[in-house]
Amino acid sequence: MDTISLAFFAIAFLIIVSSLMVVSSKNIFHSAVFLILALFGVAGIFVLLEAPLLAAAQVLIYVGAISILLIFAVMLTARIADGTVRHTNEQVPTGLVISLGLLAVMLYSIWETPFAINGAPVADGSGKKLGELFLTQFALPFEIVSVLLLAALIAALVIAKKDGPIRGRNPVGSSEEPRLKKSETITR
Amino acid sequence: MFELDKLVQAIGRLIESAVTALGLGPTWVTIIQLAIATVVVVAFASLLVLFFVWWERKISARIQLRLGPMRVGWHGILQTIADAVKLLQKEDITPAAVDRGVYFWAPIVVFVAALAVYVTVPFGRGLIVSDLNIGVLYILAITTFTVIGLLMAGWSSNNKYSLLGGFRSAAQVVSYEVPMALAVLGVVMFAQSLSTVTIVAHQEKFYQWYVWRQPIGFLIFFVAATAECNRTPFDLPEADSEIVAGYSTEYSGMKFAMFFLAEFLSMFGASSVATILFFGGWHGPFLPSWIWFLIKTLVGVFILMWLRWTYPRLRVDQLMGFAWKFLLPLGFLNLIVTGFILLLVK
Repeated sequence: MDTISLAFFAIAFLIIVSSLMVVSSKNIFHSAVFLILALFGVAGIFVLLEAPLLAAAQVLIYVGAISILLIFAVMLTARIADGTVRHTNEQVPTGLVISLGLLAVMLYSIWETPFAINGAPVADGSGKKLGELFLTQFALPFEIVSVLLLAALIAALVIAKKDGPIRGRNPVGSSEEPRLKKSETITR
Repeated sequence: MFELDKLVQAIGRLIESAVTALGLGPTWVTIIQLAIATVVVVAFASLLVLFFVWWERKISARIQLRLGPMRVGWHGILQTIADAVKLLQKEDITPAAVDRGVYFWAPIVVFVAALAVYVTVPFGRGLIVSDLNIGVLYILAITTFTVIGLLMAGWSSNNKYSLLGGFRSAAQVVSYEVPMALAVLGVVMFAQSLSTVTIVAHQEKFYQWYVWRQPIGFLIFFVAATAECNRTPFDLPEADSEIVAGYSTEYSGMKFAMFFLAEFLSMFGASSVATILFFGGWHGPFLPSWIWFLIKTLVGVFILMWLRWTYPRLRVDQLMGFAWKFLLPLGFLNLIVTGFILLLVK
């Protein structure tokens, strides 16, 4: 077995084991950490496919941003991390049917797709070509995605601000924001 | 003159012939060469950290009108080695209420992330472990693992100060990563490449340094890098006077030493990235390239230490406000202006 296959099987094993741990771990923080491991494994697969740019993007976006937000949410939710959270509910049979169906569809499409091996050299992974395509042929989808992300950003702000500013809920009704006055900060 | 790249190549060929003589294939040659390169870089980095700890203590002492360590060796130069031996001998305490698995892995993740940056750092002409064509992006990506490690440490310690420290570090690093990436992009736009070696190759002469063409970008990068290393004035994750020692409160012995090492490693890493991006990397007259690289990087490290012992710590809200309300718009502005300049020059 050559190095590439060896590395592939090692990484694939890592991804599968950590993905299983994500869904089976009793502690939700452990699940989050194993999710990071699984996502990092996917970056490893990208490296093996000679797509280092995708690997870096995978790490930067999934590990660097999304997972951290996830961990934040876990840590800020009271009592969710003390290991008593149920991972399943009464919908298990439905979920099982749906996931088995999905698995069948994926297996079928993998089986039926002719993976042609061609000898053309792999484009350099530096992303020059990708950038050019983003700004020419795929400019419109690219812009739509950015508008979508902007909409998500604004929506998050709106949801977070739904109750109005903190002083609006203050029963005392003081117009002062609940923070230290300047003089207090200095005397401390 | 005393360039090391020929020596490195000779050693590489020696390893190749030795491994081939043992009857192993070319993949083994690559693996063993990379393993030896890694060991050399790790050893070099560890030695450097030993020196840095001593240096920082000396600088802080000078700034505070003290002498600093004086007893062990000449002007206390062996003090860090004595401290390291002490740390190695200490009992490895694991508090009863910690989450053992996560508690164990957290310092390793932080340490490896700090060390992994060095893969794409050219320490001199031809002295690089791997010249990836996305080198700069790789550095930005791999440093994010530090946050994961710090969050793991903060959460698993089962201590509110640790948790607060973990939160603070995550909020801080995630925020400052954005202006940092924007500052790096300015340089990448000039260099038309993400490879560290190519970026350095573009700055051969003194007047070609990107710091002259990207002064604002450099300032943003420097501030963001200081924040990413959790150094004062951005050392909120381990602010001793507020939250004991932040994420590392419950750690002792070798595990604590790993956090400590990682901090100094990432400081050297940040400084060497600044050297690569803005100060012409290994280029310089008369002296060999690796000495120039070391001199430039050590000056950066010195400035980071100088800042630490000069400025007070920021408050959490000031820290976040500074990143999102000042550095980020400035970074975007810098990027737009850079784009226009490049367009006009073409």
